[in-house]
Amino acid sequence: MSASYRISGGSALKRERTVRFRFDGRDYVGHQGDTLASALLANGVGLFGRSFKYHRPRGIVSAGAEEPNALVGAFGPTGGFTPNLRATQVELFDGLVAESQNRWPSLDFDVGAINNWLSPLFMAGFYYKTFMGPKAAGGNWVWRQLFEPAIRAAAGLGSPPTEPDPDRYASMFAYCDLLVIGGGAAGLAAAETAANSGAQVILCDEQAEFGGWLLSEAQAEIEGRAARDWAADVVARLRGRDNVQLLTRTQAFGYFPHDFVGLCETIEDAARCRNPALPRERLWQVRAGRVVVATGAIERPLVFVDNDRPGIMLAGAAQTYLQRWGVMPGRRIVLFTACDSAYPTALALAEAGGNVVELIDLRSNVAEALSAPLRARNIAVSVGAAVTGSRGGLRLNSVEIRSVDRNGQTGAMARQLACDTLLMSGGWTPSVHLHSQARGKVAWSEEAKAFLPVARAGGPISAGACAGKFGLRAAIRSGADAALAALGAPPTVDVTPAVAEPALDLTGMVGRVPFAGDPRRGKAFVDFQNDVSARDLLLANQEGMVSIEHVKRFTTTGMATDQGKTSNLNALAIVASNLGKPVPAVGLTTFRMPYTPVSFGSFAGIGRGDQFDPIRRTPIDGWAQAQGAVFEDVGTWKRARYFPKPGEDMHQAVARECRTVRQSVGMLDASTLGKIEVVGPDAAEFLERMYVNSWRKLAPGRCRYGIMLNEAGYVIDDGVIARVAPDRFHVTTTTGGAPRVLHMMEDYLQTEWPDLKVWLTSTTEQWAVIAVQGPKAREVLAPLIEGVDLAPKALSHMAYAEGRICGVKMKLFRVSFTGELGYEVNVPADYGRAVWEAIWEQVEKYGGCAYGTESLHVLRAEKGFIIVGQETDGTVTPDDVGLSWAFGKGKGDFVGKRSLSRTDLAAAGRPQMVGLLTDNPAIVLEEGAQIVAMVNAPIGTEALGHVTSAYYSSNAGRSIALALVADGRNRLGTKLHVPMPGGSVSVTLVEPVFVDPKGERVNG
Amino acid sequence: MLNIRCPYCEEDRPEIEFRNAGEAHIARPDEPDRVDDRQWADFLYTRDNPKGWHAERWRHVHGCGRFFNAVRHSVDDRILLTYKAGEPKPDIERMLREREA
Ligand SMILES: [Zn+2]
Repeated sequence: MSASYRISGGSALKRERTVRFRFDGRDYVGHQGDTLASALLANGVGLFGRSFKYHRPRGIVSAGAEEPNALVGAFGPTGGFTPNLRATQVELFDGLVAESQNRWPSLDFDVGAINNWLSPLFMAGFYYKTFMGPKAAGGNWVWRQLFEPAIRAAAGLGSPPTEPDPDRYASMFAYCDLLVIGGGAAGLAAAETAANSGAQVILCDEQAEFGGWLLSEAQAEIEGRAARDWAADVVARLRGRDNVQLLTRTQAFGYFPHDFVGLCETIEDAARCRNPALPRERLWQVRAGRVVVATGAIERPLVFVDNDRPGIMLAGAAQTYLQRWGVMPGRRIVLFTACDSAYPTALALAEAGGNVVELIDLRSNVAEALSAPLRARNIAVSVGAAVTGSRGGLRLNSVEIRSVDRNGQTGAMARQLACDTLLMSGGWTPSVHLHSQARGKVAWSEEAKAFLPVARAGGPISAGACAGKFGLRAAIRSGADAALAALGAPPTVDVTPAVAEPALDLTGMVGRVPFAGDPRRGKAFVDFQNDVSARDLLLANQEGMVSIEHVKRFTTTGMATDQGKTSNLNALAIVASNLGKPVPAVGLTTFRMPYTPVSFGSFAGIGRGDQFDPIRRTPIDGWAQAQGAVFEDVGTWKRARYFPKPGEDMHQAVARECRTVRQSVGMLDASTLGKIEVVGPDAAEFLERMYVNSWRKLAPGRCRYGIMLNEAGYVIDDGVIARVAPDRFHVTTTTGGAPRVLHMMEDYLQTEWPDLKVWLTSTTEQWAVIAVQGPKAREVLAPLIEGVDLAPKALSHMAYAEGRICGVKMKLFRVSFTGELGYEVNVPADYGRAVWEAIWEQVEKYGGCAYGTESLHVLRAEKGFIIVGQETDGTVTPDDVGLSWAFGKGKGDFVGKRSLSRTDLAAAGRPQMVGLLTDNPAIVLEEGAQIVAMVNAPIGTEALGHVTSAYYSSNAGRSIALALVADGRNRLGTKLHVPMPGGSVSVTLVEPVFVDPKGERVNG
Repeated sequence: MLNIRCPYCEEDRPEIEFRNAGEAHIARPDEPDRVDDRQWADFLYTRDNPKGWHAERWRHVHGCGRFFNAVRHSVDDRILLTYKAGEPKPDIERMLREREA
């Protein structure tokens, strides 16, 4: 196909550079500087997609970010596929491959178009009623299995990519005195004014070049030059300054509290072809001292029946395609307008050689100065008239025109006017999205027929068209003023450049164009992307929706990926008219971020794959990997779960490890234990208040098992605490609990008891911890240790000592989480692996093993030792898990104490920890399974408790379990039942200890 | 992301350096054993959730580690002031009046 709609001109094009691309399997040629939209229009392609619900053929409506119709999927230079891109924002590069969406089997012939004929089914509320709808429909198998998936598949946007994203994304952080969003007339003036004052300025614009409407302007001149040349001059001056950062192709998508703005910068694909090292996008997080919002205005479509045919486009978009990309939108052009801006558009098209047939103006009174130049060029101007319908197949071929009287009534007579292009302009809507995201208020202006931003002290300052300041001179002036106000500078003399421009009224109309006949006949589209027509809004109102938020959700108007940029105000006005209320009484729906869709990739940045989550590894991790350990995630830590020998599965490995520990010796990497040093003259007093136990009388060189509650009386952490010196404690916490415990300790220390002289230091990563457990533990360690007498009398259970191991400084705890004779060797982390290997050599001599977290869990469960977070869930008191013995006698207040005497915590019948033995010793219960009193309890039976831990114990020779059961200690010896999918499992309640009930083995 | 002034560091720092710690000026009873269940439950659980200005606790957890208080507007997130833990709750109404004057 020849580029038959390409004419001369086009400021964005580099004509000498041709670019080949492919759309829907067909090859085309464009130029460097083209967008996919401009290049396809130049090639005579008017059909871009099928609509969301009805699969109606759709063409290009706009030239920018507001595009509702022309969504495409495209492959980038690295082959990455992105769906739902606006063709108006996809820049050509050599080799671009793009495809239309929501059509099958092809764009020209689309089976889904039958939805258009079935449209009575798909009216407002259809999805709502179907998918949220009556049980009778939802419960019907045929409906759920067949129809619903088919309907869901037929309505939709592009498909997500199936391959991992091959592109890179960068994250940027920036600070500036002034962020200017939008590089049109107002934004450029604001940026230059601020830059002149010496402020650090960032100026961003979503387009490939700065200038905004200045690039599309056909008539106005600034300082005697074309408007776009003035823009180029300003940009060149800004580029020459070192206090200005310029960002093109950069969308300000979100305005967050305290003037924190999210920008998404797209790197030009052509540049990425030249330099593959470039990222695809950069996410900028900008903390701005102040912000000037200069985001312009978006032209509104006119709402008439069949206003969605390919060939119907916004008038301003046509002017933009003409000026920037040298595209003539059609062969026979008609304009339909409710404001003045379509007049210069008609002139510009005609001057460029376009066949402009007629301009239809809804208004009756139009200044002669506007219409005379058109008539002089043989363009008919019909005032007091409206387009009330259109005809055509895949492209417009005629429009229906009727007269409109002063009361808005259409005449009975209709005439058909042949055309392949209709350019419409309903007026211009200020873009208050970012202002609203910044939680700024807007106020309805009847005069401007728009919601305008209300300035707030310290908030963003809107300038130019988005503030209702239309016209280039007004925009430039307001941009400069905004910059001065933002920087706290006094207003200066008016240095606005001389602007020669026609005075244009851009107010237009909001709502539905006057029409003939039944309002429920025909589809006058309001929201193109979500296929919502004026009739749908009427239906919603008739069904009783009066709140605009309800109407929005019922009809889905404004809820598509374009967020209703072209549709919201018309929808609001139509609803207001249906309800007989003024527009502001209906209210405005919330503007939400993002302004345009932002890729997941740019949010993720480098945070994917191995970088998704930080991984913590212990100093001994490398050894465990070399031994073939299987790891598990514990918080952010990687912990060795078990060490399988060749041919062993987890069950066999764990059984062997557990037996070995109790028969000879095993060693465990316990480095992940949280460690906090509590130091100071009031350290004991502080711990006295933080833990349920007594600490004042604990002698230096001794350890105690500590239990920490929250203020509500529930167990939140536990761990062994050693008194290293009178004023120094070594506190250990659960693996995951260290930051939380330290935070809570700091909280009480700083805010409740600031008088206490205590200092807290996290030492988790300073010490590698090697647990050596089992009857041979003493023999294993003795040859390596200096300065500590390991004799039972010298270092008894729960003793602490300092010395050396393998010549390295050591803190030695005689503690046991297995019930066996045991030690925990703490050495500086850097020596952890070396000391581990030295101990390992010894362990091997005794036939010992390394064991992992799975065996750790089994061994402690055999002894009935709890794991916080497994036996406890934030609603469990110390007494519930049998830890009342740990309370310090005659203690004063401590965190959580008062709550323990609250009625419900002191009541009888609370869940209590017990052991469970299954009748069949081979059955291992499932953790979390419910426990009930009867066999085969019906659904709804109240549970008496649940299983908290369950394992196969090789030492007990059977399965074991721990559970929380209501009044459990009074039920010991009785039978209960655990209902499972395969039938109930009968269990007997026993004391929660399965090995060495007298606790003698710990003495070695 | 909020921009929060740590009254100890005397610097404006991004919110990711901080951690919110709930409503401010809820003192733990001096002698918990002497308050009744109702008062104790209030201390544990009853919190204001005003639309407007309110005092809340923050900790500069990835900075100096100190707890402090901030008066923040719950609708638009403006922060009127931050002040050190232990300092009395400011007269917010008066501050607003003075600011406007
Ligand atoms: Zn600080």
